[in-house]
Amino acid sequence: MSGIFTKSMARNIFYGGTVFFFLLLLALTFDTNKTLPKLDNSANLTPQVIAGKKVWETRNCIGCHTLLGEGAYFAPELGNVYKRRGPEFIKAWIQSQPTGAPGRRQMPQFNLTNEELDNLVEFLKYSSEINTANWPPNIEG
Amino acid sequence: MQYKSQAVAKPYFIAAIGLFVGQILFGLIMGLQYVIGDFLFPALPFNIARMVHTNLLIVWLLFGFMGSAYYLIPEETETELYSPKLALALFWIFLIAGALTIVGYLALPYATLAKLTGNDILETMGREFLEQPLITKVGIVIVALGFLFNISMTLLKGRKTSISMVLIVGLWGLAIFFLFSFYNPHNLVKDKFYWWWVVHLWVEGVWELILGALLAYVLIKVTGVDREVIEKWLYVIITLALVTGLIGTGHHYYWIGTPQYWQWWGSIFSALEPLPFFAMTVFAFNMVNRRRREHPNKAAVLWALGTGVMAFLGAGVWGFLHTLAPVNYYTHGSQITAAHGHMAFYGAYVMVVLTFISYAMPILRGRAANSERSQVLEMWSFWLMTIAMVFITLFLTAAGILQVWLQRVSDTPMSFMATQDQISLFFWMREWAGVVFFTGLVLYLVSFFVKGETKGANA
Repeated sequence: MSGIFTKSMARNIFYGGTVFFFLLLLALTFDTNKTLPKLDNSANLTPQVIAGKKVWETRNCIGCHTLLGEGAYFAPELGNVYKRRGPEFIKAWIQSQPTGAPGRRQMPQFNLTNEELDNLVEFLKYSSEINTANWPPNIEG
Repeated sequence: MQYKSQAVAKPYFIAAIGLFVGQILFGLIMGLQYVIGDFLFPALPFNIARMVHTNLLIVWLLFGFMGSAYYLIPEETETELYSPKLALALFWIFLIAGALTIVGYLALPYATLAKLTGNDILETMGREFLEQPLITKVGIVIVALGFLFNISMTLLKGRKTSISMVLIVGLWGLAIFFLFSFYNPHNLVKDKFYWWWVVHLWVEGVWELILGALLAYVLIKVTGVDREVIEKWLYVIITLALVTGLIGTGHHYYWIGTPQYWQWWGSIFSALEPLPFFAMTVFAFNMVNRRRREHPNKAAVLWALGTGVMAFLGAGVWGFLHTLAPVNYYTHGSQITAAHGHMAFYGAYVMVVLTFISYAMPILRGRAANSERSQVLEMWSFWLMTIAMVFITLFLTAAGILQVWLQRVSDTPMSFMATQDQISLFFWMREWAGVVFFTGLVLYLVSFFVKGETKGANA
């Protein structure tokens, strides 16, 4: 870089650019928050769903699964599992873990109560109804 | 070592390397669980191993950043550290808190750990990378504030260089954005939206400032190139990083229930995110080519050049690979993501910390550079780890392409688990590449204990 472009110019562009684009991020964030209720299915955030989210978090499900594509890639996507499997299958599946099939990936037994299972299913139902711009491409996740 | 108080960096570096070893061991276990699903089950389920693997990474990089800052700041500001005692006290607090957290992960069911540590008061746990118990998160904030206080007070009383200013802006940003880890709304979309304010604005935002500052400092030291030139480059690089990276956050907002305009904002700005890393590579090579001295620490120069190249490949190229919304529609949350994550973290943050340790550790041990034999070994470890990481990334990329094809593109899509069976060959090859990586890491450790004739007392 030539002598015309000085360090203090570079510094000013850095601070100016950072402030500008951070403010742009804030503006987009503000707009997103305004638009979200139309997309995020928050109308269905019942106490059961909220309790279900806590079950999801305190069992560290994200350590193996993805939810809307985020998490670990060791086990299936669960954002759409409610639509893929339905509520009864999900509960029965969780209750029957681990499968113990030799060499297969194993899911722990979490000893959830019936109420906890119902809440978790409600949370997964709520998640499956978020408007994700048609992601995932098909039901397999 | 010009300033006595720089010595506090040493325990930070030792702890960083120790935790790095732990991280890789857990990585090897998980890699094996990918192909032998019931390995170590139920003693160590995958989700616990993964939490340990990723949390150890974050913590050891933080140790590395803090140690580097404690080493760099006195020399840049030309004054002793404000309080070396505080730095040492915080070291032990952070190490013990970190160790207890890992023990908690391993010894207790996660739900029990959550109950015992106050998750009911403020629910913050169970989110990827932010799995730490509330008390650990509070501890991280306390340590970060103490650290920033110490560094800022030192800076206030000393010379203010661009490198130290950029470093401190990056470190403050790190602490401030971590505060979003305490915000966990019930609304899953908002939860995810602000979760990225920690994760993305760290690794594709303020951490790049830290990376740039550390690299610039080492390059000044090993090349002797004029500070004005290097600092000008530094500003250009971090400008590119934040101008692209801030709105680039949008590439995480395609499919999580956020407005679809993010597909445009995210695609356009994150397509430019390779630029700062490309500039960094050009910068590193340029400075080394224009060097005014032959620094005896060849290994540190190699690490510095490697950081530029691998950060560009891992963060830049592999990030670009799946960042455009129409591509990401198919690759989101697949092994492609894992491939990118591995090489980006290694190339950018692991390598810059190892660069800094490579430069500073010999001086902390009373010599300008290690013996020839030790350096040769260290350079072997550089090549083994780096090439192994390239292969880990290539195998995961191959696995990811197949996964996307079988599970998402095909007219008759396979289930997730059926797909995983189909691509297990690549998971095996990844695991073997991981073993090579670990071999490189062992050589790296050994290089610290190789004796031999050393040159000069100071750089």
